[in-house]
Amino acid sequence: MTKKNIRVLVAKPGLDGHDRGAKVVSRALRDAGMEVIYTGLHQTPKQIVETAVQEDVDVIGLSLLSGAHLTLFQNVMNCLKKRGMEHILVTGGGIIPQEDLDELKKIGIKRVFGPGTPIDTIVDYIQGSVNK
Amino acid sequence: MKKEIAQIKKEREKWDIQVQNSLQKKPERNRKFTTLSDIPLSGLYTPLDTQDMDYPTDLGFPGKEPYTRGIHPTMYRARLWTMRQFAGFGTAEETNQRYKYLLSHGETGLSVAFDYPTLYGYDTDHPLAKGEFGKCGVAISSLQDMEILMDGIPLDKITTSMTINGPAAILWAMYIATAEKQGMPKDQIGGTIQNDILKEYIAQKSFIFPPTPSMRLIIDTFEYGFKHVPQWNTISISGYHIREAGSTAVQELAFTLADGLAYVRAAMNRGLAIDDFAYRLSFFFNSHNDFFEEIAKFRAARRIWAREMKKLGAQKPRSLWMRFHTQTAGCTLTAQQPENNIVRVALQGLAAVLGGTQSLHTNSMDEALALPSKKAVRIALRTQQIIAEETGVTHTIDPLGGSYYLEWLTNQMEEETYHYFEKIETLGGVIPAIEKAFFQKEIAKSAYRYQKEIDQKQRIVIGVNEYALDEPPAIPLLKIDAEGEKRQLARLKKLRADRNKEKADRALLSLQRAAKGNENLMPYILTSVHAYATLGEICNVLRNVFGEYQEPIIY
Repeated sequence: MTKKNIRVLVAKPGLDGHDRGAKVVSRALRDAGMEVIYTGLHQTPKQIVETAVQEDVDVIGLSLLSGAHLTLFQNVMNCLKKRGMEHILVTGGGIIPQEDLDELKKIGIKRVFGPGTPIDTIVDYIQGSVNK
Repeated sequence: MKKEIAQIKKEREKWDIQVQNSLQKKPERNRKFTTLSDIPLSGLYTPLDTQDMDYPTDLGFPGKEPYTRGIHPTMYRARLWTMRQFAGFGTAEETNQRYKYLLSHGETGLSVAFDYPTLYGYDTDHPLAKGEFGKCGVAISSLQDMEILMDGIPLDKITTSMTINGPAAILWAMYIATAEKQGMPKDQIGGTIQNDILKEYIAQKSFIFPPTPSMRLIIDTFEYGFKHVPQWNTISISGYHIREAGSTAVQELAFTLADGLAYVRAAMNRGLAIDDFAYRLSFFFNSHNDFFEEIAKFRAARRIWAREMKKLGAQKPRSLWMRFHTQTAGCTLTAQQPENNIVRVALQGLAAVLGGTQSLHTNSMDEALALPSKKAVRIALRTQQIIAEETGVTHTIDPLGGSYYLEWLTNQMEEETYHYFEKIETLGGVIPAIEKAFFQKEIAKSAYRYQKEIDQKQRIVIGVNEYALDEPPAIPLLKIDAEGEKRQLARLKKLRADRNKEKADRALLSLQRAAKGNENLMPYILTSVHAYATLGEICNVLRNVFGEYQEPIIY
């Protein structure tokens, strides 16, 4: 059986326009051999989950720098649950204070990558967590 | 002079041999020596590198063309730059308190940060505003909120800058209306609206309408401004966000000036006379880590702008002035060891001052983690006060002018900017280039390169890829009061119930009719705002007529 590439959806929920990180990560994951779908800006949680289902992704990387992560990440997780897609690995990145990390973990965000994270850390984590 | 150059050339050749000998004993550190824009650097600059420069036409005197050395003849000896800290969070009441705090600590101008719903023209009660209230700035949904925001602030003495783009005309109308209600005629108030939609499509991404109606709204504000609010900068053509999105200094400079020229041409196409509006164009740049490159960028910006405006027919000296605000680079702040950011900000702020900025925002050390706390923003303000009062750099105008390195680098920045101008021209101008995602791709490429250089330790970031600590940062962060959203929602509900509904509806209907035609929309927006039509309602009218912008998705 041939090994399939890991499929990742890089998503920008809400109104946040900071897309530098999402684009850099998208390129890096692509260069690491993954198949990357980038949603573009201003996605509702529902749209993100629909795209994830349609594209049959293994991972959703949520990027947010607006401070609205608690609400928006929660909504994404709720939508995933509703669609029965909880097996998808969900990670977060952006401007997210330390004190919110526990809460995000509780709702099922497996890992949060803050500012200054080397790209390899993200690549290694995804490759190590998705069994293909 | 020629003889002198020949002599220096000879000496230089001898010196190069000496360098080679020295390198055999001790090689250079294993790093590339380039600017952040990847311009390769020599170890030494001499008159040989600036021999093509002509002092009178390339540098001249401060306050004289081409303004390379500064736009005023006295610069900071007569008046320091405006210390203007970008601030806003939660409700109008909370932000008003923050403004008063900053003013009481010596800030000399206001700068409003709006929350995301406001930036996109949504009221706080819009479904898409959920979770976003007050997080990235202050929520302003109506004239009432603006009145609270500016309560007790003397609008005839303090100038206010507002970072607002898609709905800039509406927030400006709210500010004008607030001043009028305070008894201040609109020709007495001063400030700036960012109002630069081109860089929104390119980088910051808080756009609403497509390019054509957006440009119309902007030119409407130009025209209304010079006729009725003559002390107001009706645009702040911004490189800041282009840089934050990952561009190099060269790209920041080139794209910003290209945007600026696009606005000038658009206004001239409308039939406005260049000397009527040009003096109200202002600029906004980033001050990043590469000290000399930043200073060179500011100086090149002034020179290119003056020359280009002259080519377009500007005659009044003020039309040639590039006046600009600077903010230190948010993207250089590290979440790790945040106290180190104080030092970064000080150096970046110093570069802005040596580059001749008209106003300055110094970032707070905690901004890679959250919006600034009170203490962090006070230290940031103190940083510029120290530059102003303690370092002595303000005593002499353009003190680095004449440095062989700086003048060479200034020339490089100019040259590379013109290369980009040519490329943009080939693509059919700024808007077609945006639609082809040219700028977006250029920026994404640079951002990726920068990240890779950090990952590969070709660039060192102290506390991140060198000298890292294991412990997480322990500094107290600002928390947005969750109760604020409830208060804001209640206020909005009450406003909708209490206002003269018929009057508001009538104003919106007139606006809709005008938007379908080609009149200047400012008077209609002002009437709507005065009738307490909300930001969201006004934007909806315009959305329905103009449509919404969909950007090309690239990475």
